Amino acid sequence: MSPNGDTSTPLQILDPAGSLAPGAEAGLTDDQLREGFRLMLLSRMFDERAFTLQRQGRLGTFSPTRGQEATSTGVSLALRPETDWLVPQYREFPALIRHGWALRDVVLYYRGHPHGWPMPDRLLNVQIALAAQLPHATGLAWGLAHQGSDAVVVAFCGDGGSSEGDFHEALNFAGVLNAPVVFVLQNNQWAISTPVSLQTAASSLADRAAGYGIAGRCVDGNDLLAVYATAREAVERARSGGGPTLIEARTFRLGPHNTIDEPSRYVAPERLEEAEREEPLIRVRAFMRERGLLSEEDERAQLEEIGHTIDTAVAEADAYPPPDPAEVFEHVYATNPARLTAQRERAVAARSVS
Amino acid sequence: MTFMPMVEAIRHALALEMERDERVMVFGQDVGKLGGVFRATDGLQDRFGTERVRDTPLAEGGIAGTALGLALSGLVPVAEIQFLGFAHQGFHQIVDQIARYRYRSRGQRPLQLTIRAPFGGGVRTPEMHSDALEAHYVHAPGLKVVMPATPHDAKGLLLEAIRDPDPVLFCEPLRGYRLVEGEVPEHDYTVPFGQARIAREGEHVTLIAWSAAVQLCERAADVVAVDGVSCEIVDLRTLVPLDVETIVRSVESTGRAVVVQESALTGGFAGEVAATLQEEAFYSLEAPVARVGSPDTPYPPFASIEDAYVPNEDRVVAAIRATVGWE
Repeated sequence: MSPNGDTSTPLQILDPAGSLAPGAEAGLTDDQLREGFRLMLLSRMFDERAFTLQRQGRLGTFSPTRGQEATSTGVSLALRPETDWLVPQYREFPALIRHGWALRDVVLYYRGHPHGWPMPDRLLNVQIALAAQLPHATGLAWGLAHQGSDAVVVAFCGDGGSSEGDFHEALNFAGVLNAPVVFVLQNNQWAISTPVSLQTAASSLADRAAGYGIAGRCVDGNDLLAVYATAREAVERARSGGGPTLIEARTFRLGPHNTIDEPSRYVAPERLEEAEREEPLIRVRAFMRERGLLSEEDERAQLEEIGHTIDTAVAEADAYPPPDPAEVFEHVYATNPARLTAQRERAVAARSVS
Repeated sequence: MTFMPMVEAIRHALALEMERDERVMVFGQDVGKLGGVFRATDGLQDRFGTERVRDTPLAEGGIAGTALGLALSGLVPVAEIQFLGFAHQGFHQIVDQIARYRYRSRGQRPLQLTIRAPFGGGVRTPEMHSDALEAHYVHAPGLKVVMPATPHDAKGLLLEAIRDPDPVLFCEPLRGYRLVEGEVPEHDYTVPFGQARIAREGEHVTLIAWSAAVQLCERAADVVAVDGVSCEIVDLRTLVPLDVETIVRSVESTGRAVVVQESALTGGFAGEVAATLQEEAFYSLEAPVARVGSPDTPYPPFASIEDAYVPNEDRVVAAIRATVGWE
């Protein structure tokens, strides 16, 4: 163990077969386990639906969470959405849902409908520029603490994003400001097709925490219980004024980077098979079965309920009125300057005569 | 009214607003104990404390990005980037993130924040310290770009910037910090954005400029006045929003225009002004719109030749004479 805690060996509580480590406890209550499992299942089912919709031309580019559900779910369960802020990258679907993003609005967002752009309170928009959101999280946490709030900010990024300058600047600022922020680095082994071995010579990304004078932790990102325990500790540290934490969650992106990616060009089949055996749903399902928290019948009912929930959301999005093209001119400024107003008038006039 | 240099007017505005609005936070490199490398924040930390006036690590992207987060938390950040020429280290935060945040949240998350940055040449600072890169930022919808030329406007425009509900890049001419002095009211006042100032009325040609180039135009106008050429000088004050009405009205009355910018000519804001004039005032033009700028080279790293680089009186005078003499 380094003075910062273990930053090289990932913490594991639940092994791939679903057995608790010797002497370990679940940490999550039965209700939390049920909530977490449903979020993970919902995420996986939505991924599938999103692909179908995209192939039908009914959704834009979408990045699935498949394989990484335990990380964002475990982190989210350690948060209080009613006070804490979530700063996403774009592969944290379960956490976004738990923070209040309605499924219909998810569909509208990925369809590019402007009415899908606003987000629930304390949930920032999905961030397309990698790691650009991390300094925002630092500033937000600094500002909240300055105003006497006990809220915590949790920000996500990936192994690719960890190479960006913003990653360094955000963590360095957070350390010196002692900001109540937790950075969760989902190391899913791939930045699109670039393996983490070409991303960094470091064997542990969590080790970087020491360079910023902040706490660093490494966790098995496919283990819901370990992620929750690690995140809870980090969130409590932040909330009590103990400063930021960098958590490296080691996981594996089982799906493509997004709906236009083709991972068979770069992921060896045997590596994928191995990763599939260690994926996060299998072990939490086995654990809950063994504890009597999830019968086969329960899960069948849940699949049906979630399928219906997604159907309803898609139907609501389908029924939503299409955007007015003039909305492209809205919300650029509080009040549009005369030039932009003139551009809008010309655009509207051009359409009305065509 | 007090007679003061521009840097003092800026300091007045910062202190006034920090006093009036406790949400205002001033931060950046060396803004605390030192009071900024140009002393624009001198005394603020003593008066308002280290929590509200804070030195940050040396990282422009971190400064701009945390400013965004501070604004989301409900505070009103006024960040200093020590030199605009170094702002590219945070360009993606200013242009890709800050400028479009209101838009991408459909108005849900506006950013009331100001980034102050001194810029410009003529004071023997090496390389990037001297760059006049305002044109890079006018191409970022959602961002306002403010370029005061006088102490009066620096105070009034900065107060307007801090209170504006949209993000503002506030560019301060470092050559003018001490050289440009003027009367500044003691009281709280603002200068609205998008309203150009007629710095001098004239009949034969309109000189259009912003920031330190306004004083350059005034000196050139004095030279040609001896020959009976009367120049109207328009100080744009803000590039975004641009006061199209005032420049068009002026050129409709004079029929001729010279646009003066400090930066390299190609892609500079003078080109935008010239294009606007030919769109909006074509039938009033009696000569092509002239542009004066620096040559299309990097800023010379050796201070001894910078006087040959940035526009000077002679070049502006030559452009005025060519424009007025056009038949």
